[in-house]
Amino acid sequence: MLGTAIGAALGVGAYTFVYAKGSSYLTDNPAACANCHVMNDHYSAWLKSSHRSVAVCNDCHTPSGFVAKYATKASNGFWHSYAFTTGDFPNPLRIKPHNLEIANNACRKCHAEMTTSMGLHGGSISCISCHQFVGHME
Amino acid sequence: MISSPVLGRSTRFIVTLSIAAAITAIAGVALLVNILERKQEAQNPFYRVVELSDTTEAPDIWGANFPLQYDDYRKTVDQVRTRYGGSEAVPRTPTNAYPRSIVAQSRLEEDPRLKTMWAGYAFATDFREERGHAFMLEDQLFTGRQTVAQQPGTCLHCHASVYVPYMKAGNGDLIRGFEEINKLPYQEAKNLVTHPVACIDCHNPKTMQLRVTRPGFIEGIRAFKASQGIRDYDVNNMSTRQEMRAFVCGQCHVEYYFQGKEKRLTYPWSNGLRVDDILRYYEEIKFKDWTHAETGAEVLKAQHPEFELWNQGIHARSGVVCADCHMPYKRVGALKVSDHHVRSPLLNIHRACQTCHRWPEEELKSRVETIQERTYTMRNIAMNALLDLIGDIRRAKKRGYSAESLAPARSYQRQAQFYLDFIEAENSMGFHAPQEAVRILGESINFSRLGQVALRKPIGATN
Repeated sequence: MLGTAIGAALGVGAYTFVYAKGSSYLTDNPAACANCHVMNDHYSAWLKSSHRSVAVCNDCHTPSGFVAKYATKASNGFWHSYAFTTGDFPNPLRIKPHNLEIANNACRKCHAEMTTSMGLHGGSISCISCHQFVGHME
Repeated sequence: MISSPVLGRSTRFIVTLSIAAAITAIAGVALLVNILERKQEAQNPFYRVVELSDTTEAPDIWGANFPLQYDDYRKTVDQVRTRYGGSEAVPRTPTNAYPRSIVAQSRLEEDPRLKTMWAGYAFATDFREERGHAFMLEDQLFTGRQTVAQQPGTCLHCHASVYVPYMKAGNGDLIRGFEEINKLPYQEAKNLVTHPVACIDCHNPKTMQLRVTRPGFIEGIRAFKASQGIRDYDVNNMSTRQEMRAFVCGQCHVEYYFQGKEKRLTYPWSNGLRVDDILRYYEEIKFKDWTHAETGAEVLKAQHPEFELWNQGIHARSGVVCADCHMPYKRVGALKVSDHHVRSPLLNIHRACQTCHRWPEEELKSRVETIQERTYTMRNIAMNALLDLIGDIRRAKKRGYSAESLAPARSYQRQAQFYLDFIEAENSMGFHAPQEAVRILGESINFSRLGQVALRKPIGATN
């Protein structure tokens, strides 16, 4: 009986993981981010953006370094699924300060040649306040 | 023999573990079902359960295919105030002739100066704040203006769903049906219509694409485009999708007059859409809405020129149209639908404004109200100036000034009044084009003061 109960729980869990394409979230494939339809608009906007051939979602929305990257994925993954499951999130979607910083650092990493020579007002101004549509419209 | 406490402990352990496993399984299944639902809402966005044709007028039939849009459409019964607009529900004792138990607040009571501006015209009898689309027919059937004036069937053009009645009256010819119904007395024509604005007034029933069905706009925009050198403009075939998202609203939210004995609804746009162009049009055809009861001036009534004023503003210039702010997109499940609960963007700031303007709601609201407050201040100055002029002409008339000596002042009254009413009747308190609105009010003040000056004897005159 114990075996059956635990087995059922494990089985359901494993099936849910496969059915929800859980393993796709461990990849860099941008399509994985649009597994939830809420990201459809952002995904199709990225497909038309200037950055589509040089950067995928993870390049801008996760930090560099294996541990930092997967910690960010885990944290955002949990909270995004939570929000999407309960339906409790604002519209239009708004980025959180921590994630904004990650995206901003990503700009500065790839465009270091340009940005290192800029003052950037002690970091008080973000790249995205002017270049807000480079990754995707909205 | 195994001691019972030991058995009890291991049983408890198994029971606890089983319960934990069961809860995990339940949570897992619940999540699985939720994911399944989310995946399903991303598919099958539309079920056709009824066939729609060019004669399907009743919105509830369309609503069977488009329940989300229909639900929102029905919400236009809401009465909500904004600072300078919106309607408030005021209780009223219904009578047989006027069976409304709830009406909007009276604008004439809010600002009695309007009665002086409109003296001798039906609007001085009853004029209330406009309510939502759902009330457009009812509020016209039962306004006090019906008791003091004989209205023609033309009025229904914008107070009812008229596409199907026009097609019927014209035997399939929209323009002919329009002409037939214009000629009828209102009390007779009203029996031909059933609904306030409905789906078919803006949508093609086969493709759901937007289309213009109002003859007034079809002819008006053609005259306007001709003034820009575009000949034979056909709005339904020569406009972009984004333009249509303004044009369907411009079918009714415009300045107009009734032309000739046939009472043909006409939009006075053949010189252009600015207030100056429109007044010039009325001067050319020597049109008047009525003769002012106190001054004898032949004056004009401006009516809700939202489309014209918006055309002079920064949003129009940036390609932002009516539906972008008054029917912004919203997400329902996996669907992106335009909000058919047409209303003030101030009641829906996050969808209407924040899509483009990334500022807090309070900041955006205060930006709008700053514009409106400035316009309202200027409107009051212009209203006082107009009343000064009307008083002067009335007194001059009493003192026996000849028609000839009153003529310049009366002409200024006509101009001042039309410019002022153009902003007063417009439903955004200047927001649709802030600088233009204040310019128009500034011109109005100037006209009123020039009119007063025209009644004074020139300095140095002996007599």
